[in-house]
Amino acid sequence: MMYLDEQLRLKVGLAEMLKGGVVMDVTNAEQASIAEKAGATAVMALERVPADIRKEGGVARMAPINKIREIMAEVSIPVMAKARIGHFMEARVLEALKVDYIDESEVLTPADEEHHIDKRKFKTPFVCGARNLGEALRRIAEGAAMIRTKGEAGSGNIVEAVRNMRTIVKEMKQLTVLGEEELVAESKKLQAPLELVQWVAKNGKLPVPNFSAGGIATPADAALVMQLGAEAVFVGSGIFKSQDPETRARAIVKATTYYNDPQKLLEASEELGIGMPGIDVAKLPEAELLQTRGW
Amino acid sequence: MRIGVLALQGDFEAHRKAVGRAGGEARQVRTQAELDQADALIIPGGESTTMLKLLRAEGLYEKLAEFGRRKPLFGTCAGAILLAREVASPAQESLSLVDLEVERNAYGRQIDSRIVRLEPEAGSGLDGPVEAVFIRAPVIRAVGPGVRVLIRYQGDPVLVEQDRHLVATFHPELTEDARVHRIFLDKVAKAA
Repeated sequence: MMYLDEQLRLKVGLAEMLKGGVVMDVTNAEQASIAEKAGATAVMALERVPADIRKEGGVARMAPINKIREIMAEVSIPVMAKARIGHFMEARVLEALKVDYIDESEVLTPADEEHHIDKRKFKTPFVCGARNLGEALRRIAEGAAMIRTKGEAGSGNIVEAVRNMRTIVKEMKQLTVLGEEELVAESKKLQAPLELVQWVAKNGKLPVPNFSAGGIATPADAALVMQLGAEAVFVGSGIFKSQDPETRARAIVKATTYYNDPQKLLEASEELGIGMPGIDVAKLPEAELLQTRGW
Repeated sequence: MRIGVLALQGDFEAHRKAVGRAGGEARQVRTQAELDQADALIIPGGESTTMLKLLRAEGLYEKLAEFGRRKPLFGTCAGAILLAREVASPAQESLSLVDLEVERNAYGRQIDSRIVRLEPEAGSGLDGPVEAVFIRAPVIRAVGPGVRVLIRYQGDPVLVEQDRHLVATFHPELTEDARVHRIFLDKVAKAA
């Protein structure tokens, strides 16, 4: 398959192993342990969950190294960590630390307003956020081995993740009915390499796994994005900003596996307490949106 | 021949396609009822801890142990860990259906994941090198007397069989080569 040299096959390979599962944001070893016991397939180490970044403001950076180490020592599942957009030296530090996946994330304050990290130069795989097909393909061209919807992190509101997933899936479907000469024009419109556009047109899907993130707060949210085409989910503030992290984490894991089975979804939702407080994304001022970061 | 792929989590779709390349057909298995419909089961790669939790929560764990006493199983990576007799690093429960001692993540973290070409053991029935994709893979530290080693890497068994069961610590489902899946399909045909 195109683009699948040995390094990329290994990077995509780990993403394959995470399919059908839940990656959970954690800020310390205790939360990581709760996530692992609840059945998370991986944890994402960060300094503050997106809801707190939103509330407290300031510059959000890569998590402190001692925290990431503490989390890596605690769990046997893969550990991911976030680097700022374009901050290839944070990414180098994370690679030296041997984290299993790096998220070049819009949740942190961008370090470069024009360039993303050249992810092909790393042995560690990267995941990147996208709101539409053009953005997803640009990230893949830079070497991302996994794409996730951006949604609107820390909002507890699924609406943006749904919009992103529907957009990406629709744009892929549209490519499959276009002729070769139309793909050239489409490649310009999407600002993405022609060969990637051709690959998607032929296969009707992204050449790397397509996950969902940004606003997932309930088991039903997770099942919804899975129905729309996500191959796995990331849950950020949704778990540890709720009143029942352990039960909720378990319930979201179950819902992601049984997204096609309403009876099991009901069982998963049954014991839940109150979820994280949400935000109406439409009322957020443009400057407070995280999803518009990245280019 | 109804082959199931345990689809709680992991690369179950890759296995379903690999079974297709080997000339068979596979279906996803997530419930007890779906397991009852299968003549053989593949446990895919993924996170063994996650699969273990879901197997327990859905009452599938004992069902699967019982299934394996009668029918063929094929485990890759996480699947190998679930089928082993003993699991270390850290210790966790396992179905104990194949006489193996397994150490998790024994090559290291993702950066230590690798693709290598391995020459099968004489008499394995595999002709020519096999591409082995290791992703945060476990290592088989010891095998019981009933286990036959088909491929080794750095001296450690990476593809083994015990009666009707097949175990790989690598991911044949992530290559175009269908030979390893064909070995399993032959076992399923023989067990039927």
